[in-house]
Amino acid sequence: MNLKNLGDLLAVFAPLSFLTVGGGQSIVSDIHRQSVAVHAWMSDGEFLDLFALSRITPGPGSLLVTLVGWQVAGLAGAVVASAAIFLPCSVLVYGLAHLWSRYKHTAWIRAVEAGLVPVAAGMILAASGTVLRAAEGGAWAWSVAAVSTLALMFTRMNPFLMLALGGAFFWLVLA
Amino acid sequence: MQNQESETTPDTRPALAAIFTAFAKIGLTSFGGGLSGWMMREFVLRRAWITEEEFLSGLALAQSFPGVNVVNLAIWIGFRLRGGAGAAMGALGIVVPPMVVAIGLAALFSQVRDSHALHVVLAGVAAAAVGLSLQTGIRAARRAARQAVPLVVMTITFVALFLLRLPLLWVVGAMAPLSIGIAWLRLRRTEASA
Repeated sequence: MNLKNLGDLLAVFAPLSFLTVGGGQSIVSDIHRQSVAVHAWMSDGEFLDLFALSRITPGPGSLLVTLVGWQVAGLAGAVVASAAIFLPCSVLVYGLAHLWSRYKHTAWIRAVEAGLVPVAAGMILAASGTVLRAAEGGAWAWSVAAVSTLALMFTRMNPFLMLALGGAFFWLVLA
Repeated sequence: MQNQESETTPDTRPALAAIFTAFAKIGLTSFGGGLSGWMMREFVLRRAWITEEEFLSGLALAQSFPGVNVVNLAIWIGFRLRGGAGAAMGALGIVVPPMVVAIGLAALFSQVRDSHALHVVLAGVAAAAVGLSLQTGIRAARRAARQAVPLVVMTITFVALFLLRLPLLWVVGAMAPLSIGIAWLRLRRTEASA
C-alpha cells in the first residue's frame, strides 16, 4: 500500500470538502484539475469514465471521489478519499445545525445565503464546461449536453433515462 | 418571525435503525442527482417525520453552507429527529450503502476497461449528465443575474475557474467573503431605508 498516495488523496479532498457549495457539481472542475493535471493520477479519458460511472451509481454524486480514490490506491484509497470528502464538512454542518435553527431569520444568515448564490452559479457553470472540455466526441458531446439540458428544463423526464439515452446515442454514432 | 420556531418532535420518534434504513433506501434508489427532491417526498410527504417548513430551512442550510448538500440535509433531518445519534445515522445511511455499490462497480469496471464500446457509451453518459448540472447552473445563474453585482461575481468566478483554470480554493476563498460582504451591506441598506 502506498502511503504517499493515501496522504495525497487526503490532502486533495479534505479541503474540497468545505468547498462543495451549491451541490457536488461545483467541485468537479477541481477534482479534474487535481487528478489529471496536478497529480497525474489519470488521463482525461479515464477521468471521464469515472465521472460517467459516478452518475449511473445511485446516491450522492460526490461518490466520484470514491471512484478516484479507488483508481489511485484501491480499496484503501476509496475509503480514505470518501472519508476526506464527507467527514470534515459533516462535522462542520452538525455544529451549524444548532446555530441555524436559532438564528435562521437574522441578517447575517440571509447575507450568507444571498452572497453564496452567484459564487455557486459560477462554480456549477465552470464544472459543466470542464466536463465538456474533457469529453470525447467533440460537437456530439456538446449537442447531447445541450439537448439533455433543454429536456430536463422543459420536460418532466427522468434524469436516469436521460443518461441512458446519452450512452445509447454515443454507442450508435461513435462505437 | 421568532415564534415560527416550531419544535416538531414527533410523539413517536423513529428508532435509530429506522433512520439509517430510510436514508439508505433514498441513497440506493435515487439516480442522476435530485436527491433532495426524493428526500422531501419521503420524509415530509410519505413519513411525515418533519414539517415542510423545517425541511426547507434545512435545505437552505445544506445549500448555503459548505459540504455535500444531500449529506448536510441528511445530517439536519437526523439531527431534528434524534439529535447527534440521528445525525450520524442519516449521514451514514445516505453515504455508506451507495459507496459500497460504487466500489463494486469500479471493481467490475476495471475488468472491462479496455473495451472501446464501453468507453464510448460512458462518454455519452457523461455528456448527458452535464445536462443535470447545467440545468442547476442555469437556474442559479438566473437568480444571480437579476442584479449587477451578483452577475459580476458569477462571471468572475466562472472565468477564473473555467478559462484561467485557477484552483477552486483560491477562487472561492476570495469570491465568497467578498460576495457575502456585499450582500450584507445591501441588506443593511434596504433595512435602513425600509
